[in-house]
Amino acid sequence: MSRRSRRLLSLLAPTLLLLATTTVVDARILNIQNGGDPTSLDPHKLSGDWENRIAGDIFEGLVTENPQAEAIAGQAESWEISDDGLVYTFTLREGLVWSDGEPVTAGDFEFAFRRLMDPATAAEYAYLQYPIKNAEAINSGDNADIKSLGVRAIDARTLEITLERPTAYFLGALKHYTAYPLPEHLIEAQGDDWVKIENIVVNGPYKPVEWVPGSHVTTEKNPEFHAADSVSIEGAKFFTLEDQAAGLKRYRAGEFDILTSMPKDQYAWILENLPGQARVTPFAGLYYYAVNNNEPPFDDQRVRQALSMAIHRDIIGTDVLGTGEIPAYSWVPPGMAGYGDPETVDWATLSYAERIQEAQALLVDAGYGEGGKPLEVQLRYNTNDNHKRVAVAIAAMWKPLGVSVELYNTETKVHYDELSRGILQVARAGWLADYNDADNFLNLLKSDVEFNYGRYANEEFDRLVNAANASNDTSERAALLRQAERIALDESAAMPIYYYLSENVVSPAISGFEDNAFDIHRTRWLTLAE
Amino acid sequence: MLGYAFRRLLSTIPVLWIALTACFFILRLAPGGPFDGERPLPPAVRANLEAHYHLDQPLIQQYLRYLGDVLRGDLGPSFINQDFSVSEQIAIGLPYTLIVGGLAFVLATIVGVVAGIVGALYRNRLGDHVLALLILLGLVLPNFLIAPILQLVFGLQLDWLPVGGWGGGAVTHLVLPVTVLALPHVAHISRLMRGAMIEVLSSDFVRTARAKGLDRATIIRRHALKPALTPVVSYLGPAAGFLLTGSLVVETIFGLPGVGRYFINAALNRDYGMVLGTVVFYMVLILVLNLIVDLLYAWLDPRVRGR
Repeated sequence: MSRRSRRLLSLLAPTLLLLATTTVVDARILNIQNGGDPTSLDPHKLSGDWENRIAGDIFEGLVTENPQAEAIAGQAESWEISDDGLVYTFTLREGLVWSDGEPVTAGDFEFAFRRLMDPATAAEYAYLQYPIKNAEAINSGDNADIKSLGVRAIDARTLEITLERPTAYFLGALKHYTAYPLPEHLIEAQGDDWVKIENIVVNGPYKPVEWVPGSHVTTEKNPEFHAADSVSIEGAKFFTLEDQAAGLKRYRAGEFDILTSMPKDQYAWILENLPGQARVTPFAGLYYYAVNNNEPPFDDQRVRQALSMAIHRDIIGTDVLGTGEIPAYSWVPPGMAGYGDPETVDWATLSYAERIQEAQALLVDAGYGEGGKPLEVQLRYNTNDNHKRVAVAIAAMWKPLGVSVELYNTETKVHYDELSRGILQVARAGWLADYNDADNFLNLLKSDVEFNYGRYANEEFDRLVNAANASNDTSERAALLRQAERIALDESAAMPIYYYLSENVVSPAISGFEDNAFDIHRTRWLTLAE
Repeated sequence: MLGYAFRRLLSTIPVLWIALTACFFILRLAPGGPFDGERPLPPAVRANLEAHYHLDQPLIQQYLRYLGDVLRGDLGPSFINQDFSVSEQIAIGLPYTLIVGGLAFVLATIVGVVAGIVGALYRNRLGDHVLALLILLGLVLPNFLIAPILQLVFGLQLDWLPVGGWGGGAVTHLVLPVTVLALPHVAHISRLMRGAMIEVLSSDFVRTARAKGLDRATIIRRHALKPALTPVVSYLGPAAGFLLTGSLVVETIFGLPGVGRYFINAALNRDYGMVLGTVVFYMVLILVLNLIVDLLYAWLDPRVRGR
């Protein structure tokens, strides 16, 4: 061996040594393809469903989700609601502790809610808890007295939450990660560093033990959890992997137990080759096109309705996307708590041929189409294969009406930046429910709301939604909301297209995975066959 | 030599500053910001977030603040992965990229050089044609096509190797990503090597060596290899820069935690801190690699040393 090659070897040796260290085989834990990289483990810094999957496994709120994602008692063992629906009094379970053995107290909840609303925390999702008294004023900086927030620890095990106004869905909103308690003792001591993997302390069924950004977060069972005895799976690995085709290959090779998304173009293949493993279920979410209600010609209700009628929704799920998305003729997806079947557009019962006929008549009436002015539409979507397929299909469906469509796509950030500034004619948008209530969707069309991209404005609509939210009577509330939905549909405020589906692929080795409309499946309810 | 290297490094500082400044302002000209998304934020929350990251201050003030941070060696916070600062993320991702990229670099160099020599020696014979065909394939097939094919064949059909993941750095987990990363470079290097070797083999000093009665192996090892390596070395600088900054495609398809996707993801997310941090990091890395290439030149070619 020459001197030079010896030198080369000595350079390579550390690398070779590193390669020689073999992997320690993990005890059978759950391997989940989780999509994006989590922003943080701090529940106040989250916004995505992939982050919720981890946060909800390591923290628990006053109430939590059962396998069907319904609210059940979590850290609170019981609660009372005052007759006027304004004051909720929670009693915590006895003997609750954080994963470091410190007690979980009502003070930890009080601390967490105050931190959530503190403008300095800049919590993206703080608005979800705006039903709490003074929350919005504190969060927007109008009220500097953070102690005036309607959350108060009466004693170590009693927490009192006072609301601004009766809010039917509030208990459901408490399942959300914005309502998790935080370890005050640790945050006081460590500041922002409390959330570092070596410091973090949690109160959920699992605790995080490893985080390699861009790769995975590993959790293991938290023996201090109040129901630790009933937790079967020893731990979970949440893998960052956004390439769905690669995810499916790794699933087939047994490297993943659950895929939280699938390549749509391989759905048929999965159905045939992995029977029973694709779990496609309606999801509480709406895919829609926003229409600019202020700009001619779209300020004409007839034009909006004609365009909406000409969308052949039945074939979008089956043929365009291939996963069988359910056509949407309502603004509120079906299955929202206490709402019953949503209202539907009055032309939903017509056949497609009849709809086209009526749409053509409406356009002619409005001065477009045959013999009238040409109708040109710019259709915006954020760059994505599925959005593109839908947009191309819909452009083709509008063609028989004499509409010429310009397809315009931009990356997500630009798309939403422009939409929120009202730069659009027709634009793709979507909404997934934050909480199980029709208001969550109707809110999108209120005149003073940011997310109302099409700037639809109707005073009566606003009045009905506000009145509904001030009402403490569930059926009266639903009736008011339905009236509002009726108005928005009659005026073609926007174009609902389909209801989202959750698309999981679940290994036959897993039991306890219940399909539900919120696509929340906490690991504590699952079991894994050896 | 040391003084030369130091002066070269020093001269990179203005380059870095100009690039950083241009990048800072161009980034802000791009429409959309880090907090635009599927779910628009209520104005109050948005204002809180912008205040938190000082985005509410005049641009020039933000720029000066950032420059000050960089001078202190702090690349600032990431807007998207909030639990880790930009420097921490690079420190975490870099070892993975260095291992995968470094191995790919070594593999590409060795295989490329050997294949090039073989090609030159068996010029226009069957072996050369077969090699040329393989090299052509390596050049024209993009890695986003090769990677899934290799996954399908070796991971699923043959079941020899894991389909993806880091797997604690086990050799089996590295084979596919390293191969995919190395392939196009193998192709490039072997072509450069073959061409240069053919040229050198027909030069006067090689003829002299042959006339002295040296055997072919010795001629190549002692006389032909070094001069023939010069074009390869000039390619190795950029190639190392490319490999050691990681690959978006390879890291995404194989689920590896390297730094390759930081830049693209950060740009798409308008994660200002992360984009600037990766720019600084990549620039320093590439400048250093170029310097190494220059020093290697001097070692390979005595004429450069004299200058």
